[in-house]
Amino acid sequence: MTNSVAEIEDADCIFVIGSNTTSSHPLVATRIFRAIAKGAKLVVADPRRIQLALKADTYVRQNLGTDVALLNGMMHVILKNNWHDQAFVEERCEGFEEFKEVIDNYPPEKVAETTGVSADDIVKIAEYYAKAEAASIVYCMGITQHTTGVDNVKSLANLAMLTGNMGKESTGVNPLRGQNNVQGACDMGGLPNVYSGYQAVNVIDNQTKFENAWNAKLSDQIGLTIPFMLSGLSEGTLKALYVVGENPMVSDPDIGHVEKAMKNAEFLVVQDIFRTPTAEFAHVVLPGTSFAEKDGTFTNTERRVQLVRKAVEPVGESKADWEIIQELSNRFGYQMNYESAEDIMEEISTLTPSYGGITYERLQGEGLAWPCPDKEHPGTKFLHKDKFARGLGLFHAIEYKPPAEVVDDEFPFWLSTGRVHVHYHTGTMTRVSPSLHAEIPEGTLEMHPEDAQRLAVREGEKVKVASRRGEITAKVTVTDRVDEGVVFMPFHFAETCANVLTNPAHDPTAKIPEFKVCAVKVEKAA
Amino acid sequence: MDYKTVLTTCAYCGCGCGLYLEVLDGRLIGTLPSKTNPINEGKLCVKGWNIHEFVQHPSRLTKPLIRKNGTLTEASWDEALDYTASRLKEIKEAHGSHSIAFLASAKVTNEENYVIMKFARAAVGTNNVDHCARL
Ligand code: SF4
Repeated sequence: MTNSVAEIEDADCIFVIGSNTTSSHPLVATRIFRAIAKGAKLVVADPRRIQLALKADTYVRQNLGTDVALLNGMMHVILKNNWHDQAFVEERCEGFEEFKEVIDNYPPEKVAETTGVSADDIVKIAEYYAKAEAASIVYCMGITQHTTGVDNVKSLANLAMLTGNMGKESTGVNPLRGQNNVQGACDMGGLPNVYSGYQAVNVIDNQTKFENAWNAKLSDQIGLTIPFMLSGLSEGTLKALYVVGENPMVSDPDIGHVEKAMKNAEFLVVQDIFRTPTAEFAHVVLPGTSFAEKDGTFTNTERRVQLVRKAVEPVGESKADWEIIQELSNRFGYQMNYESAEDIMEEISTLTPSYGGITYERLQGEGLAWPCPDKEHPGTKFLHKDKFARGLGLFHAIEYKPPAEVVDDEFPFWLSTGRVHVHYHTGTMTRVSPSLHAEIPEGTLEMHPEDAQRLAVREGEKVKVASRRGEITAKVTVTDRVDEGVVFMPFHFAETCANVLTNPAHDPTAKIPEFKVCAVKVEKAA
Repeated sequence: MDYKTVLTTCAYCGCGCGLYLEVLDGRLIGTLPSKTNPINEGKLCVKGWNIHEFVQHPSRLTKPLIRKNGTLTEASWDEALDYTASRLKEIKEAHGSHSIAFLASAKVTNEENYVIMKFARAAVGTNNVDHCARL
């Protein structure tokens, strides 16, 4: 997030797009409700009529995968009416002319045809957002999990810059991270192109710095992202995969393809707290520990680093994940001698400028939001205050592109996937929790009443759902949360695994698969 | 009876709410919200309120497993770690560093992610490190 969670409640307009906030980030939703109570306007754009839509001043239901068109349409209206922030655009940004040329081609009447949102509504939401003193954008995977995910995010940045809603309290472009420590995993260099703190592996100064600190020869060749790891395993160019706390057999698109990759691995190690579907393919399974059995830190969606403290002893012979890796590394022939998680954080802070001032002692209490470059620095509440990280904010001229797979006669329904409020990711933790399991024990397919009538299925009856990649059977929930012609399924449930169906086509830059859109057919199960 | 509460951070979503785990004689028995945490200010969602339930569940993995004759069989830590280290070394020698890849995790701590990526880069010698950020 560019801004903090607490700031949301003082925004004058909140634009929520592609985030089912009450389900996936309930304590961010709390701030949205407080903002409404203080008089803020709420605009919600989502193909599903999510709970927040009921609270919105205006709710628009765009067709799946048409976010760029919708946002360009809003910006067209803003420019035409001179609701933009000319001073901010001139002083702090560049690339405006090329951008404007593209935006000129998105009048609301034309955008209405693509998005299914009426021209009047496009004008209305553009006005709410642009005229607010401080407007905040909140988004989540509904924006990123598309083949055009990066285009979607850049379009949101365009919208915020155009209206000067950046670098101030209660504004900004605020992605909500899906899993609890996604931010931290990225910050720590759990990515193929960067060390911790986003220091590129192919910059010689960085390489030398880490070679000296780690006393090892390092590679400057950018590594593989997950989709290429999977195809590498299938094709035999990649031989071994070491998986820590992930469950690609439920979480990744096109499970048939993932299974082939796992089976083909010459050596697969799974380090986890449960025997997951992915572990069933492993040659070695190593028992790690949960957050309650070890010390450490997590970094939340607003970049706040907070302490995790050991409450109970590890179950059985399980060990903290860092201890397992350390013992393995020593046997592999590379020495690691950390005595505690705090020891590791000391090393992180010396090698990672944005974590430079972070120590366990300073994290007692409220934690610290990075950038926190030195021991005196108080942490950073919002980014881009006087200038953008790159200097001037860059407008991107972005044309709308349709999703990779569209409906046709054979696969006439749009399928989208997501989360439900009581479950987390692939369900390995929440589904063994009796209280959470009792709330929602299984995954169902949401379908519009008209479609259900046409297929002659009733609430709770089973249907077969098939895409070009696979087929599953699931019970139906009849609801107008989804539009006619659209079905929705949560992905937490291994036995009704939505990701058997999803399309692995991914964004060319970010490599994010298109979980939010694919084409399926649905028929009543015998 | 030994009762204590331990202040920590919720692991169920990126909000990062502060909570107290209630511990009675080494068993987790409940969860309470932190009132001073700036994110949640004394509130939790349904997942947070129940987060103690999964930790000591009987289906947790408690011992290393090694595949022997096709089935995953319990093994000692020494055996499992020695076997893993030697298999990784063999594969690196036969096919090079880049024939090995790592999935770090959005569920484990910062310190653990750091150690995983350090092991991949400094010990194995590859930048093949990614995690499910996109999922
Ligand atoms: S209590 Fe709920 S909202 Fe807070 S971090 Fe946990 S899962 Fe997220």
